Amino acid sequence: MKITDDGNKPIFVQIQEGIEDMILSGSFPEETQIPSTTEISTNYRINPATALKGINLLVDGGILYKKRGIGVFVKEGAVHVLSQKRRQSFGEDYVAPMVAEARRLAITEPELIKMIQKGYEK
Amino acid sequence: MKGLEIKNITKTFGRTKALDNVSLVLPAGKIYGLLGRNGAGKSTLLHIATNRLFADQGAIFIDGETVVENDSATGKVYLMSTQNLYPENMKVKRAFKEGKFFYPGFDEGAACQMAAEFKLDTGKKIKNLSTGYQSLFKLIMAIASNAPYLFLDEPVLGLDANNRKSIYQKLLEKYAQTGCTMILSTHIIEEVAGMIEEIIILHDGKVLRQAAVEDLLAGHYQIAGPEEAMQAYLADKSVLHTQTFGQLLTATVEGEPGPYPDSLSVSRPELQDLFIEITNEKERSQS
Repeated sequence: MKITDDGNKPIFVQIQEGIEDMILSGSFPEETQIPSTTEISTNYRINPATALKGINLLVDGGILYKKRGIGVFVKEGAVHVLSQKRRQSFGEDYVAPMVAEARRLAITEPELIKMIQKGYEK
Repeated sequence: MKGLEIKNITKTFGRTKALDNVSLVLPAGKIYGLLGRNGAGKSTLLHIATNRLFADQGAIFIDGETVVENDSATGKVYLMSTQNLYPENMKVKRAFKEGKFFYPGFDEGAACQMAAEFKLDTGKKIKNLSTGYQSLFKLIMAIASNAPYLFLDEPVLGLDANNRKSIYQKLLEKYAQTGCTMILSTHIIEEVAGMIEEIIILHDGKVLRQAAVEDLLAGHYQIAGPEEAMQAYLADKSVLHTQTFGQLLTATVEGEPGPYPDSLSVSRPELQDLFIEITNEKERSQS
């Protein structure tokens, strides 16, 4: 996870997505504890309130859960939920900007499809 | 109120008005960024808030108590300033030993441990330390003081990148442990942008902005594109700053982007850029 101040996403969203990435990559496996707010805060040099805001979004979204007095854990089934969520937003996150760039470069739809097919062959 | 209350502070030095009727309310328990260009009045304000300077007018309260000649209020605050206030020949270890006379919560053991970590020679005289080590020494005093209010004026002056990183981490650890109130006054805005919750911009002795960092950033945007399309788009917008680069026009705008043509692209501003543009804009509007 890399936290930047170069804009486009508020830091709490970067924290949320960074934790999601680590769950998806297996760095934070299901039913294990994630680093504390203080650890996230000092490691990335961000305000603890911002770190907490990112974590709380994931708690509210059913990805993480809090064990009172112990810490925050990854929920069982989180990987599945997250990959479903990422599949749903794939169009908006990746296809839309790709098509916009293709249009700027006058790449036609069949040409783009061909490129995607080539990508799968690799 | 728990926190720092600044009421109508005015301070002049000769013919210069360093602070002009400054009022601020800073609730306890947050990390504040006190930003301003050189000569904006930041250090003067922090010195008045700790009774090292007297205001011509106005009053400052810490947890509801005046700071003027009041040890119970000023004893809650550790001010780290660029001035050296230690006796001429005092050695680092002596300062660590005497810390608890000024700050009841001072932790000499923690101070010595941090000194070892940062390779600060405690047998040296404070005045003989390099700029970087003077800063480290004062930061260690501040962190070990366990004071509920830490006012840090140019905390990372002369520190290398490694030490700056370690110091920011130490400050955040202290904040997490104690929930103290911190005011960071610094010119290295990029490095503290993520740490501070609320920002205060001083300009020519006046408060130009006080806002939560996230609100300030979310309340502005940057938009860029070909000049013609941009001119049309910007016509009814509240523009803070524009910059042309060839035919590309980039603008920082206050408010929400609303609908815009495909040829334009929108991004979030960085805190440092926003600071530069807000203070520049103020200067232009004054001249």
